[in-house]
This record gives sequence, C-alpha cells and structure tokens, in this order.
Amino acid sequence: MEQEVRSRKALEWDLSKSPVRELNNYLHHGLAQDGVEEVRVLNPDGAHHIAVGLDTPVKVEVMGNAGYYVGGMNKQAEITVHGSAGWSVAENIMSGVVRIEGYVSECAGASGHGGLLVIEKDASSRCGISMKGNDIVVGGDVGHFSAFMAQKGYLVVCGDAGDGLGDSLYEAVIYVRGEIKSLGADAQEEPMTDEDYVVLAGLLECAGFDDYRPEEFKRVASARKLYHWNSEHDQEY
Amino acid sequence: MTDKPDGEVDHALQENDAVTHGGQESFLYNRDVQAWVRKAANRGIYDIRGMGAKRKVPHFDDLVFLTASASRYPLEGYRERCETRTVLGSRNAKRPLELDTPITIAGMSFGSLSANVKEALGRGASAVGTSTTTGDGGMTDEERRSSKMLVYQCLPSRYGFNPDDLRRADAVEVVIGQGAKPGGGGMLLGQKISERVASMRTLPAGIDQRSASRHPDWTGPDDLTIKIEELREITDWEIPIYVKIGATRVENDVKLAVKAGADVVVVDGMQGGTAATQDVYIEHAGIPTLAAVVQANAALEELDVKGEVQLVVSGGIRTGADVAKAIALGADAVSIGQAVLLALGCNDHVWYKDGKTPVSAAEDYEKLGTRPGLCHHMQTGRCPVGITTQDPELEKRVDPEWGAKRLRNYLQVLNMEVATLARACGKSDVHHLEREDLVALTIESAAMAKVPLAGTDWIPGVTGF
Repeated sequence: MEQEVRSRKALEWDLSKSPVRELNNYLHHGLAQDGVEEVRVLNPDGAHHIAVGLDTPVKVEVMGNAGYYVGGMNKQAEITVHGSAGWSVAENIMSGVVRIEGYVSECAGASGHGGLLVIEKDASSRCGISMKGNDIVVGGDVGHFSAFMAQKGYLVVCGDAGDGLGDSLYEAVIYVRGEIKSLGADAQEEPMTDEDYVVLAGLLECAGFDDYRPEEFKRVASARKLYHWNSEHDQEY
Repeated sequence: MTDKPDGEVDHALQENDAVTHGGQESFLYNRDVQAWVRKAANRGIYDIRGMGAKRKVPHFDDLVFLTASASRYPLEGYRERCETRTVLGSRNAKRPLELDTPITIAGMSFGSLSANVKEALGRGASAVGTSTTTGDGGMTDEERRSSKMLVYQCLPSRYGFNPDDLRRADAVEVVIGQGAKPGGGGMLLGQKISERVASMRTLPAGIDQRSASRHPDWTGPDDLTIKIEELREITDWEIPIYVKIGATRVENDVKLAVKAGADVVVVDGMQGGTAATQDVYIEHAGIPTLAAVVQANAALEELDVKGEVQLVVSGGIRTGADVAKAIALGADAVSIGQAVLLALGCNDHVWYKDGKTPVSAAEDYEKLGTRPGLCHHMQTGRCPVGITTQDPELEKRVDPEWGAKRLRNYLQVLNMEVATLARACGKSDVHHLEREDLVALTIESAAMAKVPLAGTDWIPGVTGF
C-alpha cells in the first residue's frame, strides 16, 4: 500500500496516486489489520464506485465530487461526500449513513434495504426508486418518478417533487414540504398522523435539517388499489 | 364442435364438420380464434400463464448432424473419452466457473418454485458438476447450501438482493430480459406470496408482486458498463459477471453486453419459460432460440471475442441433441429451466410420496381446469405435483433427495447424448462441434441456422436466394 497512515486510526488515500480498485480492496480487507477507522479520499475527481461494498463501521470522507454508485451496497460505514455525486449514490444500501453535501444525479438510494441517505441539495429523477427499507432525506427538490415502486422506508423531500411522485408505491411513505407537481399511479396524499410527526422529526434530526418543522410536510402513501391484479387496472399494470 | 366454458375448443367434434354441416371453416377466424374472442369477451382480461411459447417455430429438431463417414473419422462411441468440461467467465474473473458439463440450470425463483425444489435443483446440479441459478426473489439458504456452484441473479426488481449473498455467490448474472417476455417485468400473484416469500421481497404477504422491467439504478448500455464495474468492485473482481438478454435484437444486444464488460452472455430464446406472464407476450415477442444462437455467435465473432466471452443459450433446450446443436452453432453452454421441472415431475399424472409411492394428481389437475401434459398454471400456486407452489402441503410432494436424483439422471443422460453425437462427428471435445457438422431439414431452419438445406449446398440468404 502506497498510501500514508497518518495516525493509528486515520488514513489519507489519494486517488491520483492509487486507483479506486485499490481503495475498495483496502476498505474491504485492509482496514482491520491496520486498525484504521477513518479514511479521507483525496482527488476523487468524479470517479465511479468510491467506497462500494463496505461492511465495517469506518468513516469515509470523500474530499470532492464523486461519480456513479458512491457508497453502493453500504453496510455500517459512514460515508460523506464533500461535493456532488452522480447516478445511483448509495444504491442497495443496507445500513450505515451516506451523506452528500451537494447535488446528486438520478436514482439516488435505489433499492436500499436499510440505512440513511442524506442529500443536502437537490436530487434528480427517480430518487428512492424501488426502496426496500432505507430512508432518504433530501434538503432540496427531487425529480420526476421519485419513489417509483418504493416498497418500504421513508423519503423526505424538503423542497418540491416532480411529476409522477410515488408511482406504484407499496408500503413506503413520502413526506414532502414543498409542491408536488403530480402524483403517480396509486399514490395519494393522506393526513399526517402523530406517528408521522415522530418519524419525520427523527429523520430531520438525523439529517441535521433543523430549519424545517414536521408540521410543514404532507404525507404521500399508497392507495393500495394496485395490490391485486384485475381488469379495472389495464394501464397501471 | 362446441366451446367449453373456459373457451377451450373441443376438438373431438371437429372431424369432417365442413363436410357434414356444409360451409368452409375460416382460416383467419377458425374455431380456436372464435373461442378465444368469446373468452376475452366473457372475462374482460387477458390470460396469464406459465411455461414458454407453445406455437411451432423453427427449432433444433429441424437440424441433423452429418456424422463421420469416409471423409470424417469418428471416435469410438462407448470407449474413447469426449471432454465435456466447460469453463465460464474466464475473461475478467479471478475465479471462473469450471463445470463438468456444458449444461447448466437456468434462473428460477424461490417464490415461483418451492424451497424443496430449489434444494433439489442445487443437489442434482452439484452431483453432475454444474451450476444452478437463483431467480427473482433472492437466494435461499437451502439453495446456497445445496449448490456447489450458484449463480446469483441481479434483476430489475432487486428483491432480496444484498451484498452478503452477492459475496457468497460463485457468479452474478445481470438480467436484462428473458425469452418468454423480453422487455417485460414479472408478476407473482398474491396466492404465491407466503410469509417467507414476502419477507425476502420486503412486501406484505398475499399481495400481487410486480417485478419491474427496468433496472432501478442504470438505464442504457453505457450505464451497464459502470454497473458491471460496481459489481466487480464489490466482489473484488473475483467472480464472473454474466449478462442475460431475451432474444430480440440479438446481435446488437450481445455486442453491447460484451462492450459493457460481460464475461458471459446468456441469450434466452422465445421458447424460454416463465412462471407467469401474459399469454400474448409469451407467444408474440422475441425470436426463436435457433435464430438467436446464430446471431449471438456472429456478434462474438465480429468482435473477435470467441473463447474470451462465453455464450450460454437457453429457451427450449430439452435433449442432448438440442445441446449438441446449440454448441455446434456457437454456444459454449446451455441452460435449462422447463425441462428440468419436467424431470422433477411437472405435468406428470402422479407425484411420489416420500419419493417412492406414486399418488395420482388427477383431481388436482381437474381443479385447475387442466390435465397432465397440458398444465401451464404455475401462476396459481396450486401445482398438482408440488413444484411451482408455496403451499406447505403441496410442497411436500417433491422430496428434495428424490428430486435431486431425478435431476442428476436427466442431466447425465443429456451429457451422455451430447458426447455421443460429438464422438460420432469425430470430436474429442464437445466444444469442437461446429456449424459445418449440421444441415437443415427445412428452408426456414437453414436460413436461420445458416447451414445448408440437407442434400444441397444452399444456405438461404448466404449462398444465393
């Protein structure tokens, strides 16, 4: 390993010197033997696949913009991108936290099973598509078809939501503070419950978004009319 | 002739109707078509069913081998060794799959199949040194334990997909489509969503489970390249990555899969099976496996990656002859789904209690409105022989040990048949079979397979019109 261990617990990894493949291999297999608990990734320059497949409670700081799949399939790790990120950030996340300080492109948090994804600015389309238990908190807006076929978990949108929000939702719940351009098939706006306020307050607190109050949000969930196939739903299927 | 209530035509009364009753039956609006129209009018909804295309299309049966004679030298059929060992995924993976046979088990989900059947598949496949494949819904512990080599599917739904199972897989297969419904998602009706299936798929039990047709985290081929890289990064470049496509625009799709970095391309023709989709989709989308294998092989040849990227072909592979012909046309291996289920008793008139005593399933077929040999009601979850079910009682009708033995026998027969034909063609390795060993019995199959019509040197579209 060419990278310098700054102390017993912290490491700086310069991607201009050693590529992502070596970084990931180290994050998968090398951390424990070196006793490293924090890794700062320098010069990411939009590289794809930074810190994917981690399964350890390491803290990873990406010092710039990341490309596709940063934090993909994450377990346990706490990953922060001090910049923006490309497609499918934290896809299939299982646990841990992935935080993006800037903007993200499409499919953020797709098919995640657990853990928390925080996007401080806007997310593009299909944010939270196919969610299976992960939570996503977006400080800004989300694009069209967000939470498409989302099965479980919470998507919190502090800004506006684009067209087709929550299309074909299952049991996931969406909270939106701003405007909803349109709802997708089988999604409906519902009254907030006491439980919603508690859940939402917790998520906003975890995300560090202290400026927003749960009372400002709307709840969107499934109308459950597509749960059983029948001839009245010919276009929804 | 009369229509039964469900629209099925009673052919017993068909003979000489035109003569007896006068008039000529319309080809376009024959009695089958009339019955279908009336059924649609009665029900107001289309048919969902299992299995693959039932219509007759050009297939491997339309080809025959030109075995050795004076101009070719055969191997001794019962003595000389003919190699069947097959390596898949040698392009990029540190640990390619080394199989003892070119015959593998296709992806079929826990959910559509019972846990007992998944276990039987793993044990039977392992006994002959080949791989089995998960399906939509994730990997069960039973199939991981019982499968020496297990391919883990990465499907659009991502039901049950997780990094722990990914890391314990022997290969990963990114599924873009399947031959029965290329371009379509899936549907597992609520009656098959048991508590365990629901839990694996993160859905409430008993609701209809729709599988997406598009992957959630990538769209076009350039994205696929990046997705494949991500999977390699997560698995430390250890295991092969397959890309599976349903056979439509095969040449383009195979090229794109290769460009995206696939180690293995799986091409599933229109005869490929499904647990449940619309009948209209099964019968009217995709191209026959025979045409697909030829186009896929041409794409690999054009990219000069033969031997580097392996081709697996599926969709209607039933016999050793089918396997041998697919290999001769360019496949490195085949994968089998429907015939494997038949080997386990699908459509049989009996099931075997404790793997021994035959018990009639006639009554259960009748309840489904069908008969042994005609059943395609996988979607109901009421499989009379206990294969495509999640019902705890029906599931007991397949004993895993019995099923494993049946599968082992079946795969062994296929492997022996392939080697028999290869030896007869003078090949010491089944992978040495080549297109030059084949001729076609019909003009259509000659054109699709790009081999001469038997008794001629005419290949339609290649050597003249």
